[in-house]
Amino acid sequence: MADKVLMKGNEAIAEAAILAGCRHYFGYPITPQTEIAAYMAKKMPKIGGTFLQAESEIAAINMVYGVSSTGKRVMTSSSSPGISLKGEGLSYLAGADLPALVVNVQRGGPGLGGIQPSQSDYFQATRGGAHGDFKMIVLAPHSVQEMAELTVKGFDLADKYRMTAMILADGTMGQMMEPVSLDFAASEPVAKPWATTGTKMEREHNIVNSLFLQPDELEKVNFERYERYKVIEENEAMYEEYMMEDAEYCVVAFGIAARVSKNAVAEARKKGIKVGLIRPITLWPFPTAAFAKTMGKIKEYISVELSMGQMIEDVRLATECSAPVTLCNRVGGMIPSPEQVLAAIETAAKNGGAK
Amino acid sequence: MVVFDKPHALTDVPLHYCPGCTHGIVHRLVAEAIDELGIEGRTIGIAPVGCSVMAYNYFNCDMIEAAHGRAPAVATGVKRSDPENNIVFTYQGDGDLASIGMAETVHAAARNENITVIFINNAIYGMTGGQMAPTSLPGQVTQTSPYGRDPKHCGFPVKVCEMLSELDGPEYLERVTVNNVKNVRAAKKAIKKAFQNQIEGKGFSLIEVVSTCPTNWGLTPQAALKWLEDNMLPYYPLGVYKDRSAKEEAK
Repeated sequence: MADKVLMKGNEAIAEAAILAGCRHYFGYPITPQTEIAAYMAKKMPKIGGTFLQAESEIAAINMVYGVSSTGKRVMTSSSSPGISLKGEGLSYLAGADLPALVVNVQRGGPGLGGIQPSQSDYFQATRGGAHGDFKMIVLAPHSVQEMAELTVKGFDLADKYRMTAMILADGTMGQMMEPVSLDFAASEPVAKPWATTGTKMEREHNIVNSLFLQPDELEKVNFERYERYKVIEENEAMYEEYMMEDAEYCVVAFGIAARVSKNAVAEARKKGIKVGLIRPITLWPFPTAAFAKTMGKIKEYISVELSMGQMIEDVRLATECSAPVTLCNRVGGMIPSPEQVLAAIETAAKNGGAK
Repeated sequence: MVVFDKPHALTDVPLHYCPGCTHGIVHRLVAEAIDELGIEGRTIGIAPVGCSVMAYNYFNCDMIEAAHGRAPAVATGVKRSDPENNIVFTYQGDGDLASIGMAETVHAAARNENITVIFINNAIYGMTGGQMAPTSLPGQVTQTSPYGRDPKHCGFPVKVCEMLSELDGPEYLERVTVNNVKNVRAAKKAIKKAFQNQIEGKGFSLIEVVSTCPTNWGLTPQAALKWLEDNMLPYYPLGVYKDRSAKEEAK
């Protein structure tokens, strides 16, 4: 076991990316994720990598598109309003089947919103995030350790499935400091025969492209892409269960909301309420299997979110509305307190799952 | 004896361009430059959105299709992924380079990004059917300026070479045209120099090619060349707008 170091969540992402073999970072300043860019600016020149501050979020994601086209690991990071600007690039990355890691350290919205933590980009992240049919693998860390681990995992999954992996964190995750172990196994290199690295006059030219003017061709690549997505749904969903063995009530939360909720669940248990927690780690694919086995046993699900209720829709779908799903939330940069979540659990227990 | 042949850097795919369009000439000049410099195997081209969107089918080197206006940013990524080996060019029209992609153009130039930019200025959006471009001339009738471009309403055309020449960044800026044999030869020389500069690590080179769009100008190919000479060239004078190395040598 390697020594642990005390790091900010944002720095853990940056260091983990370097450990994962990423040598190209492009970004644009925005709070609360700027530590990632600052870390990369300091480190990359010393290890033969590239840090470049782009003229815009749009340019940054297109620089990512360029490096990814050549087969190398590459990333960008931003926060909510910046991710909206990157939307165009995310769609093109998907259309051209290019791997990339994109970090969204979310802040309150809509519009310029605020700079405090939020989870209100859940829909944007899990539904693709821009025009056209596509998905991103969405990873939701709830500790600094996971900020690092899921960054490495994100690069691996992005390469494996030729798509964008997004770290969907929030301002708290980005800013808080915790001890973290950076002892990762080296990633398996993935062959990229499609990459535009120059023909060397030894092969036909490669073309990285998302344009298909023949509708039947475009339909075909969409169906093929969704076949790949199906494999991901079957194999890559991740979640954590907490006190779920005998649970009659189930709190569902990710990221900072899950940490708060764990405290509330432990408190409720002390009061004799049989409650547990499911923490989705992948938001897409949503871990439906975790919910399937709870159906018929759970009287009420409580979705704890830093949004007006976005993941709650996936909980309803995953539970096939077999029990009521209620929302416990704060927004605008506010974080639910353990007391608020505990109160929601107590209310659910009092109602006994009555619809 | 072969006296005229297709450059190796061009594929056998038939061009989709309209009769009389000068894209075909410029494609050939780019390919000839790539052939003569022996760089096809390490060249990566970036196609834009616009009439040359399918340029990736026409060049034998590796090709990437970029989002509208983003080619210089994509090129930046490709170049930086392997700066010693990759030769990177973008091929962009006026809407792509001087309107939606203006920020990417200006900043790639300001960074003196070591890439080659081929800029086709035909004063109109061709692919979408003839709308007003950032380079459409005052008074020019297009689908979206049906009464003629009125500078009081929508401003003046953008002179890209003049504008970029004020930046300290770029290495080489030249405006050429391909309306006759003499000018085609001059354009070839400029394009080759723009690639040579990159090979030598000198930085950002942009060649603006004043071009025709007979279809959307509503003119025959021949009349379009005449219109270019009478209207475009007075507004967009040909010449070298910046050549930093030459200037430094002269000192």
